[in-house]
Amino acid sequence: MSDMISLDAAELARRIHAREVSSVEVTRAHLQRIEAVDGPSDGSAGPDGVHAFLHVDADGALAAAEAADRAIAEGGPVSPLAGVPVALKDNLTTTDMPTTCASRILDGWRPPYDATVVARLRAAGLVPLGKTNLDEFAMGSSTENSAFGPTRNPWDLTRVPGGSGGGSSASVAAGEAPLALGSDTGGSIRQPGAVTGTVGVKPTYGTVSRYGLVAFSSSLDQIGPCARSVLDAALLHEVVGGHDRCDQTSVNAPLPPVVEAALAGARGDLAGVRVGVVGELSGEGYQPGVLAAFTDAVRTLGELGAEVVEVSCPSFSYALPAYYLIAPSEASSNLARFDAMRYGLRVGDDGERSTDEVMSLTREAGFGAEVKRRIMIGTHALSAGSYDALYGKAQKARTLIVRDFTAAFETCDVLVSPTTPTTAFAIGERVDDPLAMYLADLCTIPANLAGNAALSVPCGTSPDDGLPVGLQVMAPALADDRAYRVAAAYETARSSTPDAAPRIPELRALETTR
Amino acid sequence: MTAVSTPGVEAAPYTVEEVCEHFDPVMGLEVHVELNTATKMFCGCANAFGAEPNTNICPVCLGLPGSLPRVNGAAVESAIKIGLALNCRVRERSGFARKNYFYPDMPKNFQISQYEDPIVFDGYLDVPLDDGGTWRVEIERAHMEEDTGKSLHVGGATGRIHGADYSLLDYNRSGVPLIEIVTKPIVGARDRAPMVARAYVTALRDILRGLGVSDVRMDQGSMRCDANVSLTPKGSPVFGTRTETKNVNSLRSVERAVRYEMGRQAGVLLSGGTVRQETRHFDEQSGTTSPGRAKETLADYRYFPEPDLPPLEPGSAWVESLRAGLPERPWERRARIQTEWSLSDEELRDLVNANALDLVADTVEAGAPPEAARSWWVSYLLQQANKREVTLPELSITPAQVARVIALVAEGTLTNKLARQVVDGVLEGEGDPDEVVAGRGLAVVSDESALTAAVDEALAAQPAVAEKIRAGKTKAAGAIVGAVMKATRGQADAARVQELVLERCR
Amino acid sequence: MSDITRDDVAHLARLARLAVTDEELDTFSRQIDAIVDTVSAVGDIPDDVPPTAQVVPQTNVLRADATEPSLPRDVALAGAPAAEEGRFRVPRILGEEL
Ligand SMILES: [Mg+2]
Ligand SMILES: [Zn+2]
Repeated sequence: MSDMISLDAAELARRIHAREVSSVEVTRAHLQRIEAVDGPSDGSAGPDGVHAFLHVDADGALAAAEAADRAIAEGGPVSPLAGVPVALKDNLTTTDMPTTCASRILDGWRPPYDATVVARLRAAGLVPLGKTNLDEFAMGSSTENSAFGPTRNPWDLTRVPGGSGGGSSASVAAGEAPLALGSDTGGSIRQPGAVTGTVGVKPTYGTVSRYGLVAFSSSLDQIGPCARSVLDAALLHEVVGGHDRCDQTSVNAPLPPVVEAALAGARGDLAGVRVGVVGELSGEGYQPGVLAAFTDAVRTLGELGAEVVEVSCPSFSYALPAYYLIAPSEASSNLARFDAMRYGLRVGDDGERSTDEVMSLTREAGFGAEVKRRIMIGTHALSAGSYDALYGKAQKARTLIVRDFTAAFETCDVLVSPTTPTTAFAIGERVDDPLAMYLADLCTIPANLAGNAALSVPCGTSPDDGLPVGLQVMAPALADDRAYRVAAAYETARSSTPDAAPRIPELRALETTR
Repeated sequence: MTAVSTPGVEAAPYTVEEVCEHFDPVMGLEVHVELNTATKMFCGCANAFGAEPNTNICPVCLGLPGSLPRVNGAAVESAIKIGLALNCRVRERSGFARKNYFYPDMPKNFQISQYEDPIVFDGYLDVPLDDGGTWRVEIERAHMEEDTGKSLHVGGATGRIHGADYSLLDYNRSGVPLIEIVTKPIVGARDRAPMVARAYVTALRDILRGLGVSDVRMDQGSMRCDANVSLTPKGSPVFGTRTETKNVNSLRSVERAVRYEMGRQAGVLLSGGTVRQETRHFDEQSGTTSPGRAKETLADYRYFPEPDLPPLEPGSAWVESLRAGLPERPWERRARIQTEWSLSDEELRDLVNANALDLVADTVEAGAPPEAARSWWVSYLLQQANKREVTLPELSITPAQVARVIALVAEGTLTNKLARQVVDGVLEGEGDPDEVVAGRGLAVVSDESALTAAVDEALAAQPAVAEKIRAGKTKAAGAIVGAVMKATRGQADAARVQELVLERCR
Repeated sequence: MSDITRDDVAHLARLARLAVTDEELDTFSRQIDAIVDTVSAVGDIPDDVPPTAQVVPQTNVLRADATEPSLPRDVALAGAPAAEEGRFRVPRILGEEL
């Protein structure tokens, strides 16, 4: 295993910019790692491969790497991450690669435009490696709802990598990419980050453009970075974030200084920082090993000088129900456009059938069960007879959750919780029980409903199964830098402890069988 | 009086007067107006009528996955202006909503519209009626939304949706800004209801044209009217069941459609039947309405707030600046012009009917006396328009150019006859009046010695005539004047030539 | 109890243009009933709480009315399942949705 694949993006960038190594060499190393551990992109490798990628663009990546090397050789100014490879969740539009959202319904579609974040990555000289696997249309918590087969957790290939962005997090965890972009609607960056032992950030709503992100739930969706270190996440955050005129919900304000905060945090001092432990996000239903790791993390924060207090957010009990009304409602509308008329799959057009019939047959064949379920729940929640009792009440729940956060942030600078109630569960364990699956997002959903910043940083492994656990740090809207500072301080403290986990799993068995 | 029914066509058996013996009609009019902004409602594609299919489309108006709408500020301003012109209140905080239903001409399968909080609401329009009266139509609301694409039905009876083999879609119109203007129920118009409906849509068209916010071409679909009609049995406090008639594509059709529906519904009710709540289509040819496809369930559009667009809070400074820029109401302007130019009712009507009022007003604005401006437009230019089979506004001459021609006549550079030739030149695309004068060499010959020489030459050529004039038969001078005018190709001032002829024969 | 029946699911599927199978009607009605039951917990929230539809702080975000390039037609039609005469070809349309 080449050491290049285990290096942080910041260190890779330093070496590339100092011309100790070329972007082409770095890119090639990652392509080789993908080749070695990912398995065929259609998931046909059975339980062998990580299957983080749905599409790998080796030629495109090497061309982008050459261009980055040229720009660096010319000596002009380059962005801090120029030449560093990155993986893209396959719900971001790309002109040079397919965009499938892990759905059959987008079969054959090539977007004619790049998502704003993709355009920004390209402009900054990063090297897109390919598109990563996800739960179909980002609906799920395990990446098992992909039409192209599940992604496997690199720390234990029999387990899920979380979801919906299991592909992005797994690619980073497995050393297939130093960085990845994900999208987080109810935890889809943070929850897979936690169970794959990587960093995942959901920025403040509106601070990263959604233009070109195939919408799941527009009022909740937010693009963010996946990385192996807090600083790396911050570096990527600064590349893709900031105002965009193509997204009118985009906040027209300077991005919080997240890189500066990550660097400051790494110096280790949290004196004067008030950390609130959310009482409602622990206890019954939480895996003891997760709570043990979390308690340890909180103790560490205290040792770093933070003032730790208990806070209560009673309305968080409404978060899960509200989310599973709002997200399906918006999704039922957002996914209506997949109708076999202008792009993607068309089924049953025999010259006799009507548009309505062809639409229905195509959507039936093109969508998986979870997507259909959510479309129907959303259709129900918005219909005249249920609107007030369901969607309307969910909007009121949102108000209460916003109020809880506002009150908590009056006494605390950041709030912390476990990122997810359990470590990675076994593939297949929850597929037939949607409600059990939904519980995986219990801790992450409140921040989506309120729109504030939140991230997950690895906090060791659970003593009961040895699998990664995540610490969630939540900050007020537009104060993402606070979460970065606290997470970076914690990360630095943990990395010096004797039981710090290895950064990348060996996956040696995989490499040799290939 | 019996209800006559012809197979295939539902006749409207009752006249409005007969209907009103038993019922009071209630109307609601919904008018959709396409704004004439440069770009669409939510993207930067050109808002243009008649372009090659699918050439003005982008990821946004094609509803591609990942695309997001971006509100056109000019469309919002137009919506507010329309509201102000209709005496509406402007909502302090309004927003967009999604109206969800599947239809292939709508790329997202939802329409971005407004629902509970339209940008303007609660207004009225005092509509001048043909009989000289005024009718106040109360406005419920006007809201912003986006238009759909257009489908072409192929096979079967081509062009018709029923029996077609397949359809072809053009999304150029998809996302064009629309304002939907909805009246409150119009009650009490009785047998004048059809006339009120037509007068309202006419007044609305004139107002919107005056605002410059829309082309308001019913024939091109930039203004479309749906008419809701119901009949209330006399003395009943409850409105009857209404029908919604679509596809009403001219002012005349608005009146006919309402009249037909009143008669038809009366026929149904008086024969003991019940009116079905349904959508009906107006047929221009027969002047009748026919039912649309019966729907198995009542539409449930599942409206919810559009999450991709932040709310609008126009604020009083913005609204007041728009109010200050509103033009005079068309009929108020008409009344003012009539007084200022001392026009008879008939003269004013002729101007309006000929589409000439604005042109004359603009010509006067450009410096011409009202009388001359009016006479040019309603006589010679109207002839030219008729000859070319276009309307006056479509003639390729501007009010400023007409004013210049009038000025050239006034200063003696052109005779009326020459002026007509100059106008012809402008219409032929030869440039401005001064360019045509120079290009065609049309200025009056005012050089006295040249004219005198021409007169002498003509007298010498016709000695017998010259003798008669000298003998005092001044009427004979006409022949010499004619010869001189011919020699100067009409560019001499005939009166001056006459004087010279008499002078030389004295 | 939410009581989502098989018929309700069939109705929802029709509204959402999903040609669900008989088997799916069974599973979906069971699952959706359970899910709606759970999410109905929001019903406890008092009616006087104002709704939050989105968490965007800004208002009046408007675009200038200036044209921007459209897609070349061949690019726009490239993803179409069927196209003809520069237009998207779709199956027959039955009646109008009004
Ligand atoms: Mg409408
Ligand atoms: Zn467009």
